Amino acid sequence: MASAIHPGTAVDAAALNARAARRRAWQRNITGYLFVAPNLIGFLLFTLAPVLFSLVVAFSDWNLFKGIGGMEFVGWRNFTALFHDVWFIDSLKNNLFYTMATIPALMILSLVVAVILNDRVYGRVIIRAMFFIPYIANIVAICAVWLLLYNPAHGVINQFLTGLGIASPPQWLASTQWALPAIMIMTIWGGIGYNSVLYMAGLQSIPRSLYESAEIDGASAFGKLWHITIPMLSPTIFFLLITNIIYSFQVFGPINILTQGGPGRATTVIAYYIYLSGFRYFKMGPASAMAWFLMIVIFGVTLVQWRGQKKWVNY
Amino acid sequence: MKLLRNFSARLPFGSNAGRKVAFKSLGTVIMAVLGLAMLVPFFWMISTSLKIQGDVYKFPVEWFPKLPQFGNYKTVWLDQDPPFFIYYWNSIKIAVICVIGDLITSSLAAYAFARLQFKGRDQLFLLYLVTMMIPFQVLMVPQFMLFRWMGIYNTHWALILPRLFTPLGTFLLRQYFLTVPFELSEAARVDGASEFRTFWQIVLPLAKPALASLAILSFVWRWNDYEGPLIFLTNRQLYTVPLGLTNFIDEAGNQQDTLIMAASVSAFLPILIVFLLGQKYFIEGITAGSVKG
Repeated sequence: MASAIHPGTAVDAAALNARAARRRAWQRNITGYLFVAPNLIGFLLFTLAPVLFSLVVAFSDWNLFKGIGGMEFVGWRNFTALFHDVWFIDSLKNNLFYTMATIPALMILSLVVAVILNDRVYGRVIIRAMFFIPYIANIVAICAVWLLLYNPAHGVINQFLTGLGIASPPQWLASTQWALPAIMIMTIWGGIGYNSVLYMAGLQSIPRSLYESAEIDGASAFGKLWHITIPMLSPTIFFLLITNIIYSFQVFGPINILTQGGPGRATTVIAYYIYLSGFRYFKMGPASAMAWFLMIVIFGVTLVQWRGQKKWVNY
Repeated sequence: MKLLRNFSARLPFGSNAGRKVAFKSLGTVIMAVLGLAMLVPFFWMISTSLKIQGDVYKFPVEWFPKLPQFGNYKTVWLDQDPPFFIYYWNSIKIAVICVIGDLITSSLAAYAFARLQFKGRDQLFLLYLVTMMIPFQVLMVPQFMLFRWMGIYNTHWALILPRLFTPLGTFLLRQYFLTVPFELSEAARVDGASEFRTFWQIVLPLAKPALASLAILSFVWRWNDYEGPLIFLTNRQLYTVPLGLTNFIDEAGNQQDTLIMAASVSAFLPILIVFLLGQKYFIEGITAGSVKG
C-alpha cells in the first residue's frame, strides 16, 4: 500500500503482489494436500500400488513360495491360457447365466415392491425394514440357514414341495442342474430390500403434479407406471443396473460357503475360481490375470452403460 | 378389483376417499404378509436354535419349541474352542477401529475435495471415483504379498489398515460437504479462523448426519466382511464372527444344526440391533451415493 504513494516503485508493487498471489496459491495447495494426505497415503499404499503390482504378477509365472526372486516374465501366456482352461470357461458361462437371470428378476420384483411401498401402505418404514433385513444379515449366517432349508432329503423347502404333491422335488445344492438356481433364488431374496430402498428414494423425487395431471387426462395405473414412473426413475434404474452387474460378477461368499463351486463345476464362478487359483493352488500369475480380466469386464460394462444412458436416461 | 370397488362403495364414508383407504389397507396387508414371508428364514433360524437336534427337520415346522433349549447358546458362546465370544471381541475391535479411522481420514479428504481449491484436485478425485470400481479380487493377491512383506499377514492389522482409507467414505462425505453453505466458511475465514478450525468447528458439526451414515454403513460392512478375513487370517484365535461361523459349520457337520443356528443368530443379532437403531442413517447412506449417480 505504501508503495503506491511513490510512482517510481509501482513495478516493485506489481511484483510484490504477484509474489503474494503465488504465496497464497502455494499455501492453498499445501493446505489441500495436507487435508488429503492421510487418506491419500493409505490409498496409494493399499489400493493403487497393489493394483499396479497385480498387473506385473498377471504377466509373470510366480509361485508364492519362491519369493520375489522367483518371478519370471511370461508375456501374455497367463491370459491366453485362460481361454484353454475349461474351468475358466465354465466359470465365465456360469457367471453370465447367474448375472442375466438374477438381475432382471431382482430389478423387476424390487420395482413392484417399491411402487407399492411408496404410497400404497400404512407403516411404510416398518414394512420396508422387513424387506431390507436380509440385506444387512451376515452372509455366512444366511448361508447357514439356507443350507438347511435346501437340504434335499428333509429340508423345509422340499418337505413343503412334497406336501404340495411334487413327487421328486429338485435336489437343490446337490444337483448340477439346480445348485446355481438355488443360489440365485437366495441372492434375489437378499437383494430385494436394497434395490427397492433405492427405487423408493428415486420415487420420492418424482413430482406429484405429474401424476395428478395424468389422472385428469384419465391415465390408467399401468399408463402412469409406464409413462411417468419408469422414465422418471431412469437414473435409479441405471445406477442399480451397473451396481447389480458389478456385484454379480464378484459373487463369492455364497459359492464358497454353500457349494465350493460344485457339484463338479456347476457353480464355479469367476471370483471363486480366482480365489481357488490364488489361495488353494497358489498360482498367483493366472489368478491375477483373471482378476484383471474381471476388472476389465466391470469397467467395460460401466463404460458401455455410461454411453448408453445418454439415450435412455432422463435427468 | 371389481369386488373391492363394490365393497368400498358400500362403505359409509364417501366413495373416493373410502376406496383410497380400502386400497391402502389392502396394500398394507399384502405387503406385511410378503414382508413377514421374507423373514421366514430368520424365524426358522431362531426357532431351530432353541430346539434339540432331533426336532430340526420335523414337518410341519414347530415354530415355538415346547422346551426352548437356551443351553445351545451357552454351548456356542462358552464351550467351543475357541469360544464364540472371542470372535465377537475380534469383530468388535476391528469394526470399531476401522469406523473411527475411516471417519477421520475420509472426512479430512472429503473436506479438501469439496471445499478447498488446490492443484490437481479434480483429477485426483476422478482417480478416487474410478478406484471405487476396483474389485477386491484384483487387490487380494498383491495385498496378501504386501502384508506378508510388512509382517502383518495373519494379524488384525491386515484387516484394519486397508480399511482406514476408503474412497467410498471420501465420496459420501464429499457429497454432503458440498451442501453445507459456503458463506459459513467464508465468514470463519474473515474472522481469521484457520482452515482446520473451519473444518473442525463449523463444517464437521453440520455434517453429523452424513458422519452417522458413514459410521453405521462402515460398521455393518466391516462386521459382515467375509472374504478379507478368509484370506488374511489363519490363526483361529484371531477369527472374526463370520469366519468363526464358517469354521463352526465345517466342523459341526450336520449333527449339530441347532448349535450352528444358535451361532448364526449370535452373528446376526448385533447387526440387526445396529440397523434398527440407525435405520434412518443407514438408508440415507446407501441412497446418497445413487441419487446423483
